[in-house]
Order: sequence, then C-alpha cells, then structure tokens
Amino acid sequence: MLILTCPYCGQKSEETEFHSGGEAHLKRFGPGSTDEDFQEYLFVRENPKGVHFERWRHIYGCGKWFHAARCTTTLEIFGTYSAQTVKPPKELRDKISAKRPGWSWRTYP
Amino acid sequence: MSARLSAYGRLLNKARSVNFTFNGKKFRGYEGDTLASALLANGQILVGRSFKYHRPRGIVAAGVEEPNALVNLGVEGNFEPNQRATTTELFEGLLATSQNHWPSLEFDLGALNSKLSRFMPAGFYYKMFIHPRPLWKYVYEPFIRHAAGLGKAPKNRDADTYEHFYAFCDVLVIGGGIAGLHSAKAAAKSGARVIVLEQSAHWGGRALVDGGEVDGSPVDNVVDKLLTELSSLENVTLRNRATGAGIYDHGYALGYERLTDHTSDNAGPRHRLWRIRASHVVTATGAIERPLSFSGNDVPGVMLASAVRDYVVNYGVGVGDRTVIVTNNDDAYRTAIILKKSGLVVQAILDARMLAVDSPLVAEAKSVGIRVLMGHAISKVLGGKRVTAIEVCSQAGRGTVLEKIECDTVAMSGGWSPVVHLWSHCGGKLIWDENFSMFRPDVDKAPKGVDGTAFVSPAGSANGHFGLMELIGDAHAMGQGAAEAAGFVCKRASAPEGSYIEEAPMVPVWLMPQGANFALRSKSWLDYQNDVKVTDVQLAAQEGFESVEHAKRYTTLGMATDQGKLSNINGLAILSDALNQPIPQTGTTTFRPPYTPISLGAIAGEARGEVFQPVRRTPMHDWHDANGASWEPVGQWRRPYAYVQPSESIQDAVMREVKNTRENVGLLDASTLGKILVKGPDAGKFLDMLYTNVMSTLKSGKCRYGLMCNENGFLIDDGVVARINEETFLCHTTTGGAESIYGHMEEWLQTEWWDWNVYVANVTEQFAQIALVGPNARQVLERLSGMDVSKDALKFMEWTDGLLGGFDVRIFRISFSGELSFEIVIRSSEGQTFWNALIKAGKDLGIMPYGTEALHILRAEKGFIMIGDETDGTVIPQDLGLHWALSKKKEDYIGKRAHARSHMSNPERWQLVGLETLDGSVLPDGAYAVAEGVNANGQNNVQGRVTSSYHSPNLNKGIAMGLVIDGPNRMGQIIDFPGTDGKTYQAKIVNSVFYDPEGEKQNV
Amino acid sequence: MSDEVSALGGVTRSEGIAKVTEMPLQGMVTVRGDLSDKVLKKAILAVTKLEVPVLAEINQVGEYALCWMSPDELLLFCPYASVEIILAKLNKSLLKTHSLVADISDARTIFCVSGSMARDVIAKLAPVDISPKAFQNGMFRRSRLAQVSAAFWMPADEVVHVICFRSHAQYVFTLLKVAAQKGSGLNVF
Repeated sequence: MLILTCPYCGQKSEETEFHSGGEAHLKRFGPGSTDEDFQEYLFVRENPKGVHFERWRHIYGCGKWFHAARCTTTLEIFGTYSAQTVKPPKELRDKISAKRPGWSWRTYP
Repeated sequence: MSARLSAYGRLLNKARSVNFTFNGKKFRGYEGDTLASALLANGQILVGRSFKYHRPRGIVAAGVEEPNALVNLGVEGNFEPNQRATTTELFEGLLATSQNHWPSLEFDLGALNSKLSRFMPAGFYYKMFIHPRPLWKYVYEPFIRHAAGLGKAPKNRDADTYEHFYAFCDVLVIGGGIAGLHSAKAAAKSGARVIVLEQSAHWGGRALVDGGEVDGSPVDNVVDKLLTELSSLENVTLRNRATGAGIYDHGYALGYERLTDHTSDNAGPRHRLWRIRASHVVTATGAIERPLSFSGNDVPGVMLASAVRDYVVNYGVGVGDRTVIVTNNDDAYRTAIILKKSGLVVQAILDARMLAVDSPLVAEAKSVGIRVLMGHAISKVLGGKRVTAIEVCSQAGRGTVLEKIECDTVAMSGGWSPVVHLWSHCGGKLIWDENFSMFRPDVDKAPKGVDGTAFVSPAGSANGHFGLMELIGDAHAMGQGAAEAAGFVCKRASAPEGSYIEEAPMVPVWLMPQGANFALRSKSWLDYQNDVKVTDVQLAAQEGFESVEHAKRYTTLGMATDQGKLSNINGLAILSDALNQPIPQTGTTTFRPPYTPISLGAIAGEARGEVFQPVRRTPMHDWHDANGASWEPVGQWRRPYAYVQPSESIQDAVMREVKNTRENVGLLDASTLGKILVKGPDAGKFLDMLYTNVMSTLKSGKCRYGLMCNENGFLIDDGVVARINEETFLCHTTTGGAESIYGHMEEWLQTEWWDWNVYVANVTEQFAQIALVGPNARQVLERLSGMDVSKDALKFMEWTDGLLGGFDVRIFRISFSGELSFEIVIRSSEGQTFWNALIKAGKDLGIMPYGTEALHILRAEKGFIMIGDETDGTVIPQDLGLHWALSKKKEDYIGKRAHARSHMSNPERWQLVGLETLDGSVLPDGAYAVAEGVNANGQNNVQGRVTSSYHSPNLNKGIAMGLVIDGPNRMGQIIDFPGTDGKTYQAKIVNSVFYDPEGEKQNV
Repeated sequence: MSDEVSALGGVTRSEGIAKVTEMPLQGMVTVRGDLSDKVLKKAILAVTKLEVPVLAEINQVGEYALCWMSPDELLLFCPYASVEIILAKLNKSLLKTHSLVADISDARTIFCVSGSMARDVIAKLAPVDISPKAFQNGMFRRSRLAQVSAAFWMPADEVVHVICFRSHAQYVFTLLKVAAQKGSGLNVF
C-alpha cells in the first residue's frame, strides 16, 4: 500500500486516504473537435512500464486533487505536485532523469 | 511412555498444573506448556490423519512450521479449525479435537487410501475424476470433499471481537530472538522509534535452548538484560504473541497479535491486527530445520532433531525412551547430547557425512558414549502409529539393510533454512548458499521503498548466520543500518561478542539413501500436510511440470496452512535433480503473506455487526423506525421503503400510501437528497457546463430541473436547481449522487477550470427536507401559518424563505409525483420537531408518511425517470426522450461532444417507452424483450428491457417503463418478455405518462 | 426554536478504556476563500478574534476556533446561537471578496474521547500517527475513522475531539465504543 504526500496539506498519508484518478495532463477536447482527438481524450491512455504521471485526490483529507510521478514497476514516488498545471514541472522531470536515465512518457522529458 | 524430566522445562511453571481435553479425554499439563508439549508429555504423539492417504501422523516440530498437529479448538462461537498444537499455549479448560479422520483418530477408514497410494500419485484426482462430467458434481466432489481436507469450517457466529491498530515507527524488528533483540537495541540507541514483534510468548528464541555466551555472560542472562533495557526505553515497543505476518509496499507491515488465545479469560478483543508503517524493517525471523527424505519419515515418532531438543529443554518432555538421530550436520548432535544428559537412551547417530576429523560436537557425542555411525542412513522406518525400529543402510548405496535398531523416536536434521518469507514478500531476492545448501537473502537486492531505496534488512540466522558470534555481529550491524536508513545517526559502537563453536560443514542430503529404489522413495514424504512424496515430484517433472510453480500446483507441494515451511527446499532439490539442473536454476515458489495463517476476524477488525459498514441516518430515522418503517438501503442511507401498520403486508402498505398521497396528503423524508451550494461570479457559467440545459438564465427565486452527463455523454444525475441570488445556486442531486456530484464539481473546478471563480459546499446534512404531497398539502402548510403558499404567491417551480409555524424554513414548490407538492427544508436539528408539527397539522386531512416504493410508483405513473432505474451508465438523455433538456444554444457542456458521436444518434438505440401487459399483470422488473432469431451463442436476440415496473393502485393495473429498440416509433406494438418464472409476459408499447397526462393536478 | 437536538441527544459511555461523549450542538460555519486574502483574514479576525491557522492546525480560544480544512477552506467554531449573526457579518464584510460562507452546524457531530487511553482509541480507527511525538494540541487532522470521513484534534492532554458527518453519528459513536471496549488498551503512547 502506497504512501503519498499531498502537496496541498503536506500530509504524508497511506493510500486509503486517497482516491486515484487515472492519467495526468489529459487535454480536454470538446465540441468541434475531430473524432480522433475526442476518442484519444476519452479512451486512449498511457500504460507505461516505468515512469508514469497520475492524478490523485486527497479524498479523506483536504479534498484536493494533485499529480504524482510514480514508477509503475518499483512503485517509487518521484514527487507530487499541483493539479493546476498542464505539464510536469521541470525540476521533477530532471529528478526523474537522474534516477531513470532514458525515461520517456508521452512527449517528455 | 513419555515423562517429564525433572531437570528440564525452562518455560514451565511446574507449580501450576492445567487441565485440558483432547478428543474428549482429559489430560493434565503445566502452565507454560503448548498443547503439543502437553500431549507429548501424556504420551499422545498421534494427533491426526494425513490429507490424502489418511496415514497416522504425529507431532513433527515445536513451532510454527508444524505440518501435522493441526487441531480443532473450542466449541460453538469459539470453535476454530486448523490450529497448530505446537503454537497453542495451554490454558485451563482448553478443548481440542483432532481432524481429518472417520470414524476415529485411532481407527480411520480413509486409511485404506494408504494401501492404494501406489495408484494415487500426483494428479490422480485430476486424471481420474474428469469423466463423466456430471459425476464430478454429484458423486466425486462430495465424496472427496468429505474424505480429504483439513478441519471443518465453523458453523456458529464468531463470539469474539477483533480490532486494528495503526502504528508508526522508524524501525520495525520482526523477531524477538537473540538477533532481533540485538538489532532492536542497536537501532533504539540512535533514538529511532522501534517496534519489536515476537510471534511466540517468549523472547530470546532458539539461543536459549542451545545456550552459549555473549560478552562472557550466558545467553539467558543476556536476554533478560536486553529485555529490561528495551522495556525501559520510551522509544521502544515490545509485543510478544505478535507475528510479523507480511511486509508490503512502502514500509507497510502487518503484525498479528493474539490477546486472549492463551487464556480462558476472553475479555477484550481476541486478535489485534497491527497495521504498521515503518521507515525500515529488520527481518530477524530465524531459521527452520529441514527434515530428511527417507522411507517412513512420516511415521509418528519421526521428528525434527531441534524439536526433540526443544521439548526436552523448554518443556521437560522426553519424546521417547530410545532415540535414533539421523543427520547431515553437526547441529543434531546437540539433540543427542541433551538427550543423553537427561538420562534418555540415544541408540545411535546416523550421520550421512564422512568426516576426516571429528568436529567438537561429534567428539563430544562420542565422548559421552553415543554410538556414531558415519556415512550411514535410514533405509526404512518400521512401525504404524509409532516408530518401532529403523533399518540402517549406507547413505551411498541403494538401501541394503545392514542392521535394525529398535527405537521409538527418530530425530532428523537435514540442515537449516533461513526464514526468508518476510524478506521476500515485497520483492527481496534470494541467493543460493552452497556451504549451507540454502537460500538466503541477497542483501544487494532488497525490497525498495517509497524513495527507491532499500527498506528491509535481514538479520541473524534469517540472514544465513548461524553461530552466536556471527549472528549477533550481523544483528547489531543490521539494526544500526536500519536506524541510519531511517535517518538517524548511530554512534559507532562495536557489536557484542557471541561465543563461537566450530562446526564441521553440512553436506546436502536430499534423498536417503542416495540410490533409494522406488519402493523406498514412494514412502519418502516431502510435504506431510499435503501428502506429497519424492515420487510425486519426480512424476510431475517427468510429465512436464518443469516450472517450480507448476510442479507445486500439480503436486500440491508447499500448499495449505504451512505453505511448505518444511518441504520447500527438499522438494526443490528433488525437482532440480529430476530436471538435471542446479537448485538455484529451479528457484523457489513465490513467498506470499501472511507468514502464518491469520484469522479472518483480525482482517475484518472492528468491521462487523453494527459497524460492518456505515449506515447513514436522517434526523427522522428513529421516528421512521418507531412507526413501522421497512428499511431500504439507498447507498449508505437507510430510507423507509414503506411504513407498515399492524395487520398489513408491505405491499398493502405501499398501495395505501400511494392512494392516500393522491387522494389526501403524504409526507416523505427527502433529507437524503444532495444539496450543494455553488457560489461565485462564474457560478452560472460553471453550471451551464455541468448541466445539459441552461442554468445561468434562471432567475433568483426560481427552480429548474436539470440533467448532468459525463464526458461520455451518459446520464449521471438529475435534480432541481434553485437560484438563491445573483452569485449563488443550490443544486439538488439524487440521494446516491450527493458525494459523487460534489466530487465531480470539485474535480472540474480543481483540474480543468481552476481559473474560474466558483466555490462549492456540500450542505446536504445541514438540512432535513420533507416532501408534502397531495391535494391537501397546501392546507397543511396554511394551518401552520406564517407564509403565503397560495397558487399565485408561490408558483410551481418557485421557492421562498420564511417562518412557518415558528420554524425557519425554505419551501420549494416542486413535484416528483404530479401532485400539488411542496418540499420544505429545515435545519437538521429541528427536522424531527417539524415533522411532528406537520403530522399534527394534517391529522384530520389524512396526512400519512410514505416510503420510497410509493415515491417510485407516484413518479412512474407520471413517466418521470429515476437515475439508476431508467439509467445504467450507458443511457443518454436522448434515449429517455429528454431532448428538450439539451441546450442547442450552448457551445459546450460536459457530454455535448459525446452526444455528437455517430452511435449516439443511431435509431437502433434502446429508447424509453411505457409498457402495459395485456392482462394487467405486473411485468417482472429487469425482464428482457426477445426479438426474432438467435445470436452467435444460440441465445435469443433481445430488443429491450423493463427498467421500472409496479402495480399502480390508482390505475389498478401493472405499469412499466422500459427501453426498447426504436421504441417511441413503435407505439401499440406488442412484445414478449419471458420471465424467470417460465411465463411469457406480453406487453404493449404505450406512452410512458400513465396518469394525468395534462399535468393538471400539480398546478392547483 | 429552542428544541434543536443533536444527532444522538448527547449520548455518553464510559465503561471502556476511554469515555466517549457526544458534544452539544456546536455552531459551525464553513468558509471557502483565499485564506491569504487580507479582507478575508480581517473579516475572520473581526468575528472570532482569531488569526487564520496555518496548514493542518487549529486556533482555539474560548468558544471560538478556526480549523484549517484545505488551502481554501476553514471551519469556524462559534456558539450555536451566534451562527446567524456571524454569517451576516461575514457576508457583509466579504461582499466584494470571492468566497462562500455557510452554516453547517447541523451537518456535523462532534464526539469527545477522553482518558489516558484516548489516543489508543483513535489509533485503532484512523491511519494516522497519533503518538504524542507526532500529534499534539494545536494540530488538526482530517482523515478517516474506519470507513467514514472524520477529523480530530486534541484540545487538551488525554482529550480528543472527533468531528464527523451528522448522518454518520451513530456509526462513529459505535465505532468509538467498540474501539474503547474494556480490556483493549495498549499502553503504547
């Protein structure tokens, strides 16, 4: 069972306080978008072996959504950060590069 | 036969005897005994019958690894099967029975299987009983289930209570032996918070049996001193009778503490599950002795050499009068020497090794006069329910009998295996140690924690260090390392020094004798609990089950309650030999938690009975309960389904409530409906995105019904929105939707439109909400007086605040029944008082409460949809004929893009219609309408299903709603609904509004 | 009206390892807004005489307290009878500041768990380090109690206050009662 640190309230808590919310940094496509874009937005998800970016909500705590960078094989948590951002912060990406040289996720690092 | 040895029994309080019962027979033991030691002291070595062949089985071990001595404990609400006698502490009045025999332990008919064992090898059941298929279900399986297996499942409700405990520490030490205690001390000195778990009742582990010195003091003094020291430290928690059951991700570990199992006093919880989060874990879990594989190694009286020693030293029990020791290592000599010292006869030591020079232990055994036969082995054990003799052969040969030695006990030792289970639970890797022929932790490949660094360290014999000197040095270093890994600084203190005894190397012996023929091998047991023999594993390999995981499942080697604690390595070695490959190449099966079985009660913790799951209660809950409520769970809430009066059936009550509401006035506890405040300059814009229709144009004081979809376009909720003022809206959700819709709003605000100025607050429970429904509703409110609720003052779909009969209320004029209807909102703390006031005011107007079933019938008569009935997560508003609620003006709303997908406008979609049976009966809820033809699986094609179905007392016939392919264009057609009762219901497709289609009744 | 009732009518139980009591109705106001906003801070100070607490803390003096719920949410405690006045004052002073204030006094229930083993009781139900080293007076922790949301703080030594939803009151009371059953103390804190 994971431990996550909520970047909003600073609590380091066990997984049962959180609710997982799937892949992070999806771009919403609404009316007027092409079928391909909309389909990607609704259904197509990364399924990496290794570095992954996810959404979590501190549902039994402060109620805030946040992002986490996590390794799906070792479960190492590289960091958590604000939900109010469209891409992983550079500092975190650099940290991951140091730990997992050659990693890639979507268009990152 | 067995007797207490007066000079021994370090764990006993011989001043206090304890009475217990085994298979109905009364016995006496001492305080400090285990059930096993007390049985042995009473000469009862036969404790069960084996799983498959029903062979007589005796106690083999003295600890958690015991495969045979599984007993039923207790009766009725305290009954529990499969308990190990070797770890069951004796208490006054303990009741135990043996299991897996019929009719009795001494005479078991199933033992015939043993005679047939030649014909029942691994995979026998798979191969034999596969055909004909029906026989499996009705003949084979019931018979096999009766004959095989372990204890029976309890029949009574568990009388005990259980609990969890969340604990946090820097260093968790699993194992309170000499290694664990030294690790704990080394870690605690740094100031780290340390928890130590010891599975048994006693601290110090095996060191206290085998003796030795640390820094010149005898180990028992050392353990006492360590305990005193650790107990006095505020940063150390010591728990005995607490097993480290499992290690999981990110330093999570489970401790299984038994609080009352060792006593007849059952006050308080029985078990406590420690849910521990540790920065670092030290597994000082010790080692387990391995049996040897020789013919008849399962005859009662054949035991682990260490166990024979434990019973002497710890419990003063000599298992037999004449013992033969058989070994491949020096350690078993300790048993021989102890037995000899205690005055019992050691007939011989058969040592499979050929040593050039006698090691100190071998020399000591010889010097006390024990006959030592080097290079010898057991060819065969003689005896049925107890060993009577052994036949000696040379280890190198095929088993030619050289000599017969009379004996009643065989103490065997095949070397030791570190307990690597906990190390392995979370991914710790193992390496093969050639010197000791064992797997031990590969400390370079430890489990990794939240930050990617190692969080488990093995220590002591669990790390493959056996001599006191090595073991304590390792434990000390690992304890310090653990504290440092947890961020503490350790002063460099040198490790205490344990005494050293030189031992000759062991030699691996996987089969005895080396060239044993089939007859011998087929009686050489690997896994006692599952009745797996050497020949079974060889057969599995021969039949192609080469992977160790496959061989395990084919043969059942290493399954059941002991999970191969004794059999694992021996089995792997036989498999490797059969496959002609080295043991490390075969590898081990996966070690999974828990280390030893833990009770289901401990896993459930407090969650049973009244608090099995949360039940949410409205402010009027107790009133409903006192007034005949038949409860219906709605999410976590309990809502009255109907209020049943004496001499009335539930169905009668529902019919009465529906009629009364339409004819007089009914009141409904609607407090469970979600109430969410949405406020801010962008609140209107936000709600326009959430609802499919426009909310921003709503005027203050007005209400509007709205639909919510998800991004897939599917309906997720509906409800009435009221505008409170320019910046504030109050959104009503369904009962089940309050939390999820609140979460949905927060999600969009936090993760997509975080620059919009909107705050939301879930105020559901602040208010009680009461629907007052029926022609007399207005009159009831007028009698309470204080507010003008006339037709023109409070129009349909309006709300108003005011003082009604002295109560501070908000009244909505909305209707979910087609009747004149008000929903009155009041603070929860006044909910019950106000409910009472309404009932009092409406007494002579026929006021009666109604429940959720009446609510359903009232809405169904009007064709109103219900989220969760007409919707199932795949239904879009268009399917329900709710096109009017989909804004064409708005550029965007959640679900709008999805509604433009091609499949969403397919005329073949199932769409909402009314359904009426031709004979007026009630359609079965959920029934499917069949269409012509069959699908690829030969099943009838379907063309629709019933989503809601009731008997309408107002129309006096069955009414239903359903989703039917192209339904709205098929009015008048008749379709067939086969029921599960074998009857086919014919129903006509009709308009879904059955009652008052013009809507005159609510506009009065 | 004067006959407002709390969820369980002030039930109490003391035969176990800690005493569990339902507290009387408590005035509670939820405040959502930018907690660093000067106008908001001033408005809060004016009605409670208290500073806005920092991360996961509670500021309590007399009948008033402020609990940090999230970066944009406070829970304000005040006398039950003062809620309306406080709401009116806050609404007035926050007229031009984007915020939301609402009375939630009847939406929550508070229990008091007291005694030398009060911490034990909480540690059986919440996945939180409640050892004296990690959790002290002044801290406010939102978490769960078994299967429902709850928050707790320690107004004094050996006293834990637990707040939960009103509809869960019976469940939480029973949980606390079970966790405080006789003979279940651990003595580890």
